[in-house]
Amino acid sequence: MELNAEVLSHAVIIHVMEDRIDAAGAIQFKERMRELVAGTTPVVILDLSRVAFVDSSGLGAVVSVLKLMGPDRKLQLSGLTPTVEKVFRLTRMDTIFTIHLTLPEELRHAG
Amino acid sequence: MPDDRMNNPTRYPAVEEAVQDATRIVIPSDPFAVRHGLKSLFQSLLLQKLDEANRGKAEIVLAEALNNIVEHAYADGKGEIELTICLNRQGLNCKIVDHGAPMPDGALPSGVLGSPDDLPEGGFGWHLIRTLSEDLSYARVAGQNQLTFRLTTEQSVA
Repeated sequence: MELNAEVLSHAVIIHVMEDRIDAAGAIQFKERMRELVAGTTPVVILDLSRVAFVDSSGLGAVVSVLKLMGPDRKLQLSGLTPTVEKVFRLTRMDTIFTIHLTLPEELRHAG
Repeated sequence: MPDDRMNNPTRYPAVEEAVQDATRIVIPSDPFAVRHGLKSLFQSLLLQKLDEANRGKAEIVLAEALNNIVEHAYADGKGEIELTICLNRQGLNCKIVDHGAPMPDGALPSGVLGSPDDLPEGGFGWHLIRTLSEDLSYARVAGQNQLTFRLTTEQSVA
């Protein structure tokens, strides 16, 4: 599970370099994410623009990362592809994440 | 007259057509086998006929159904899963057979979604299957679980 972290002054962007987060990769995703969000950065943005498919296990893994970050930090999502967007929408989990259409440009100029 | 059928197969065009349009895969009960099985299925000629939205819908439902079998029916051991899909005017007709444990109480889970605010990490699978499929049916026959459903193809099949 290749995840690349881009550290900015006010946020960390984590680029998922795989084309799917599914039952076969969910545990590995969760473990890698646990390492990458271990700091105190208030905002973590998960870039899902390369991910064509997420199943319920993958969705559960994303939710678990949100929970392990605690209530004072934010996990946001960016670049949902059509099928991934459909899974978040049909399970109503789109209501608990801030979802960016593309990576917010202002972040890159914030620092 | 059985010989007549063998010598003259074109007399049964409906049967032939159904056979030609069906795709069958058999995979072991393993999440990586599910991943690779879906990958090869979606590269097949049959599913290339669907547009992106219909392919996405099919991949969601098939992945949930297959992974449920891996995680629950075969929780205590390995076995095979057989998936047969057939595309016709009504949509994509799917049948999944396994030899694992039966559904609890012999029936499919209700798939009622928990509140998103409770941050559930599971319980999404049957909700997705029930929301996206039609004519969902489950039977336990001679030690086999048989799950059938249809995925209506929205818009036209290209």
